[in-house]
Amino acid sequence: MGKVAKSPWIMHYDASSCNGCDIEVLACLTPVYDAERFGVINCGDPFQADILLITGGVNKQNAPIVKQLYDQMAEPKVVCAIGVCACTGGIFKECYNILGGVDTVIPVDVYIPGCAARPQAILDGVVKAVGIFQQKADEMDKNKKMKPAPQAAPVEEKAEEAAEPVVQAAEPVAEAAEAVEEKAVEAGKEVVAND
Amino acid sequence: MMGINPMIFKIVGIVFFIVLAPFIGGFLEGLDRKISARMQGRVGPPIRQPFYDVRKLLSKEKIFVNKAQGFLLASYLVLMVFSGAMLFGGYDILLCVFVLSTAAAFLYFAASVTSSPYSSIGATRELIQMMAYEPAVLLTCVGFYLVRGSFNVQTIVQGPIATILYLPGFFVAFVFIMTIKMRKSPFDISTSHHMHQEIVKGITTDMGARNMAIFQITEWYENVFLLGIVAMFFLNKNPWSLLAAIIAILVVYFIEIVIDNTNARITADHMLKLTWIVTGVTAGLNLVVLMLIRLF
Repeated sequence: MGKVAKSPWIMHYDASSCNGCDIEVLACLTPVYDAERFGVINCGDPFQADILLITGGVNKQNAPIVKQLYDQMAEPKVVCAIGVCACTGGIFKECYNILGGVDTVIPVDVYIPGCAARPQAILDGVVKAVGIFQQKADEMDKNKKMKPAPQAAPVEEKAEEAAEPVVQAAEPVAEAAEAVEEKAVEAGKEVVAND
Repeated sequence: MMGINPMIFKIVGIVFFIVLAPFIGGFLEGLDRKISARMQGRVGPPIRQPFYDVRKLLSKEKIFVNKAQGFLLASYLVLMVFSGAMLFGGYDILLCVFVLSTAAAFLYFAASVTSSPYSSIGATRELIQMMAYEPAVLLTCVGFYLVRGSFNVQTIVQGPIATILYLPGFFVAFVFIMTIKMRKSPFDISTSHHMHQEIVKGITTDMGARNMAIFQITEWYENVFLLGIVAMFFLNKNPWSLLAAIIAILVVYFIEIVIDNTNARITADHMLKLTWIVTGVTAGLNLVVLMLIRLF
């Protein structure tokens, strides 16, 4: 097993789901399924999460929040769409406010169908997502190792390079925080309501 | 003990703490998660899980909400290591405790430099927590002084008999506030254990992956530091007291896990009142008795 695959921290967001899939997501953490034995923690914080689980078809109101949550997560990150609504829009697809699937807003790595998706299916999907998570981490490591090799010696350049991603990472976070601070509070409430 | 330069003991103690404390702290946390899971009827993660977590957090992309946060958390880590090293090096316990408070203040600053409301609330609650546990910590030092006549850790652990025989009340008060310090359940006020509650993750909400790793490692140092003070209640010049101290540490840790799993979080005000009452009654009574013994 790789180095990051043993510690996948998930974050769960309800993007206008009927709560059927949300209940099943939480069921995965109960003693019967115990996702924590794979090192899964439901961390509820985009800054620290690795895998984003989204339920529901995403409506116009929460699309920017989904985007913001995705932007706030640090690389490497994986997105799982849980339930048929999150995959395609499901029975709400024709509704005027529904965008129809999470992949209309952010890139999705794993689709877990079902109405509601069963905990076994969700666990299966999360295990797949963990594989992708490891793959992305390996790619990130490779890119890191590739970059410094040609420039080898100069220390100053390296320092600049190290500083750059920090600035890049900070920008979207700061922007997003300013732009939709109020909405983030709403999002927090919504998640609380599910618990 | 005689014949060997006491400086060597100090150096061994300091090196032991700086090098091994994170491993001991991480191992204890792994044990904690496993035992907690078993208490809840779950299989639970492997014991090495906390190390996997930290390794992953360190390998993730760096995100800073505020660059000052990294510096402040690094200060928190350095001061925590410094205070622990002084304790395990056998220096002045009062100084250790003051440096510990300074470290906690840096954590407060690290949490309050961000604009997240959850982080700010967590930071404020961290201050309330400090207010709650500080009297018990200081009284513990006073207790050691009254029994041994010195604040020097080396003198305290080399007395004729274990200090717990004189200081049972102080011990109870200290174990009680350890629940706050270890961020265990009835008192996980500033960093809620379970997200999806009113303050998400409290002071750690706005920490990026790397900062979170630093925070985690510092917590391990802190836990070992606190367990070191628990050991001081048992250590005396008899070498077997070390065994007693280790057993005491494991028992105390287990009690903390049980408390963690059987209690729901209470409010900050309730915690403050409860802690001060327990400190006042147990440590206070013990203090009065000690003073009376000294008088007559």
